[in-house]
Amino acid sequence: MYRYDEFDARFVAERVEQFAGQVARRLAGELSEDEFKPLRLMNGLYLQLHAYMLRIAVPYGTLAPRQLRKLADVARRFDKGYGHFTTRQNLQLNWPKLKDVPAILRELATVEMHAIQTSGNCIRNVTADHFAGATPEEIEDPRPLCEIIRQWSSLHPEFTFLARKFKIAVGAALHDRAALLYHDMAVEIVKNGEGRTGYRVSAGGGMGRTPYIAQLMCDFVEREDILAYLEAVLRVYNQDSRRDNIHKQRIKILINTIGAEEMRRRVAREFEEIKAQGYLTLPQAELDRIAAYFAPPQFETIAEPVAEYEAAKRQDARFADWCAHNLAAHRAPGYAIATISLKPIGGVPGDCTSEQMEAIADLMDRFGLEEIRVSHEQNLVLPHVRKRDLPAIFARLCELGLGTPNAGLVTDIICCPGLDYCDLANARSIPVAQKIAGRFADLKRQEEIGELKIKMSGCINACGHHHAGHIGILGVDKKGVEYYQLQLGGSGAEDAAIGEIMGPGFTAEEITDAVERVVDEYLRLREPGERFLDTYRRVGMEPFKNVAYLEQLHAVY
Amino acid sequence: MTKGLQIFTANRLIDGRVVYWQGARWAESLAEAEIFDDSEAAEGALKAAQKWVAERVVVGIYLFGVRLEEGVAVPLKARELIRAAGPSVRRDLGKQAEGLYRPPPVHSQIRHAQTTPGPARDPFDVSI
Amino acid sequence: MPFIRNGDWADDDFATVADEAPLPDGAVIVSLARFRKERETLLARNAALGVRLAAPESPETLGDDLHRLSVVVLEFPAFKDGRALSWARLLRTRLGYTGEIRAQGAFLIDQLAHMTRAGFTTFDGDARITPEALAHALAEITYPYQPAPDGKKTIRELRAG
Repeated sequence: MYRYDEFDARFVAERVEQFAGQVARRLAGELSEDEFKPLRLMNGLYLQLHAYMLRIAVPYGTLAPRQLRKLADVARRFDKGYGHFTTRQNLQLNWPKLKDVPAILRELATVEMHAIQTSGNCIRNVTADHFAGATPEEIEDPRPLCEIIRQWSSLHPEFTFLARKFKIAVGAALHDRAALLYHDMAVEIVKNGEGRTGYRVSAGGGMGRTPYIAQLMCDFVEREDILAYLEAVLRVYNQDSRRDNIHKQRIKILINTIGAEEMRRRVAREFEEIKAQGYLTLPQAELDRIAAYFAPPQFETIAEPVAEYEAAKRQDARFADWCAHNLAAHRAPGYAIATISLKPIGGVPGDCTSEQMEAIADLMDRFGLEEIRVSHEQNLVLPHVRKRDLPAIFARLCELGLGTPNAGLVTDIICCPGLDYCDLANARSIPVAQKIAGRFADLKRQEEIGELKIKMSGCINACGHHHAGHIGILGVDKKGVEYYQLQLGGSGAEDAAIGEIMGPGFTAEEITDAVERVVDEYLRLREPGERFLDTYRRVGMEPFKNVAYLEQLHAVY
Repeated sequence: MTKGLQIFTANRLIDGRVVYWQGARWAESLAEAEIFDDSEAAEGALKAAQKWVAERVVVGIYLFGVRLEEGVAVPLKARELIRAAGPSVRRDLGKQAEGLYRPPPVHSQIRHAQTTPGPARDPFDVSI
Repeated sequence: MPFIRNGDWADDDFATVADEAPLPDGAVIVSLARFRKERETLLARNAALGVRLAAPESPETLGDDLHRLSVVVLEFPAFKDGRALSWARLLRTRLGYTGEIRAQGAFLIDQLAHMTRAGFTTFDGDARITPEALAHALAEITYPYQPAPDGKKTIRELRAG
């Protein structure tokens, strides 16, 4: 993974001192709260319901053991001993004190971590496929480009006071595991007809109040021109976006107002010029230099089938279950990609204690695993695990409460913190996710249901990505009472789609039953091989709507 | 033009903790809060309290509605109940774990439209 | 009113004239609207001329007249409105403007480094904007990642040695 040189280290150290200065000026009254708020947001610091919240950047979701240990340490010393992994691959601490944040940032800097631009109206953490570098189906590892974009976007002099936030994701695989088309800008690594590698750029995706799928800006940008192209898109956005209505200030609104064609035209104009001036040309040598940091570990030559692994599956049914759901194919024979579920039935989705983080770091050291990933589905992923090590790893994970075999299943729910934590929320989300997970806890039932992505947000800001859920749930406030709206048919994969709202909301009491009735109806209607999403696409909303509102119908009679 | 009973609250600048105006100082427990039954007095006190913002003690002062149950102030909205107590999904965290939250005597605060008959549910019954 | 030009206190040697007010002798700054209306007169005057652009107004609309201006004033209606940063960069790059670019309105010390890199030379802000604050702001981040019109060496260039 990327290692800081003296320039990167100095940059982060100086940014920390700059932030410390801003905190001091705030406490001394030289900055009002209105002035300080955007500045602290640019260092990931929110003021939430109970306390401040610090969002620590995990660039492209990649962590080394020493970084995981430092997160555990910081959470223990400055917070309440746990953190929450987010839908943008970052980590949130829920209880830091403002006066401690400079010290927290200094600690993080010692392991090349920071909270730069994890919030605010600037370019945010660049996210990528959590299977990067390990999956057999990628053109190349997307993370070197993420790192290049990260550096280009850090304290960018022109793009630090944008109209709204700007989220970029990079993909390189057939299967989109990063919800690319829901981003303000999506960069897909592709090969053109001549076999040359370049970038397909789309823009204008987004969740929130008005969800959009990103539209194509350029189907092939040459490697060396990518930064010039990104700069062109950002410049058009910064210049032309509205500034009068906070709900209309994302790039998705701009593109949908002027049209994709006009946007492409404006971007092309800037792009031609920036490219001609040459100062943002990305030389192949620089790409290669960064890519070298991301070279995968030397893979052992391991023959399949791996005897110890196969035997363990035969002997231990729990291990077999976990392998069936939490492993994905690796490009090297004898290896697997292992998902550590942070969705134990009844637990808080995405939360991880300091003890768990440290134990995972120890596990990584024990088995020579140099990297762990955070997925935007709020789980952790060990990208390069030898199959023969899996039984021992699984045993340890079980001891830690991290062995839930539900990756990608109905109880693997994406869920925002909601009204239990968040100042923006309208309703609680975590207890609903817990109740639903509890209802479907039986693994056989989950296996019968198959792939079903439930995503839940506690407010319209959609941090839980509910628009992209096969079943999406949105918490709303109706006269002080928590209600929950269902959406069906969303997808955050390469077949991106926005879920359709079913109808009036359900109460907290009703929502679990409603979801269960929808799932049961899917099981009743499905044809062989159909996931929930496929059945929905075939039969539409009507059958599900009918059963969901059944209880209310009975109540009428 | 009474708006009902109100309390005003803020977050402390230095550490973000939820505080309530107690009449002479900022208190950490909702139970200590001064209850205004006259909205003019409430607005007046709110205005006076802005000095605590200028002095960098608190940020974001606002009024919210409560009702009284056996003399105890109970917030009308879920958000304020959660702010007063702590996360409903982590009873070991927040004011509820620090002896700074007294549950209301009658548990009907977060009003779920109950479809099954029976006594009013505990608002923090996480098996909602 | 004193402000900061090229790093130090300076006096404003221009008169900023409201749209309906009569033009005094000497150097003046007028709005874009007035410049469009009275272009001939203004350009014919034997005195320095500047145009003040509101946040949504692109300097491109000035066309070739740009090079006859001694100063372009870019408005910050609110410090969160960063459009002027793009306008300044545009002025320095595509439009090749070498005159004074002045920031006027609401901006924070914390933006001065970005603004300088974008091409601003003059700052007309509130009492907190002082030469000391500017010097301190410019020194906070030693090496930038991105190239900018200020010509400061980027981290990539420094790495290349």
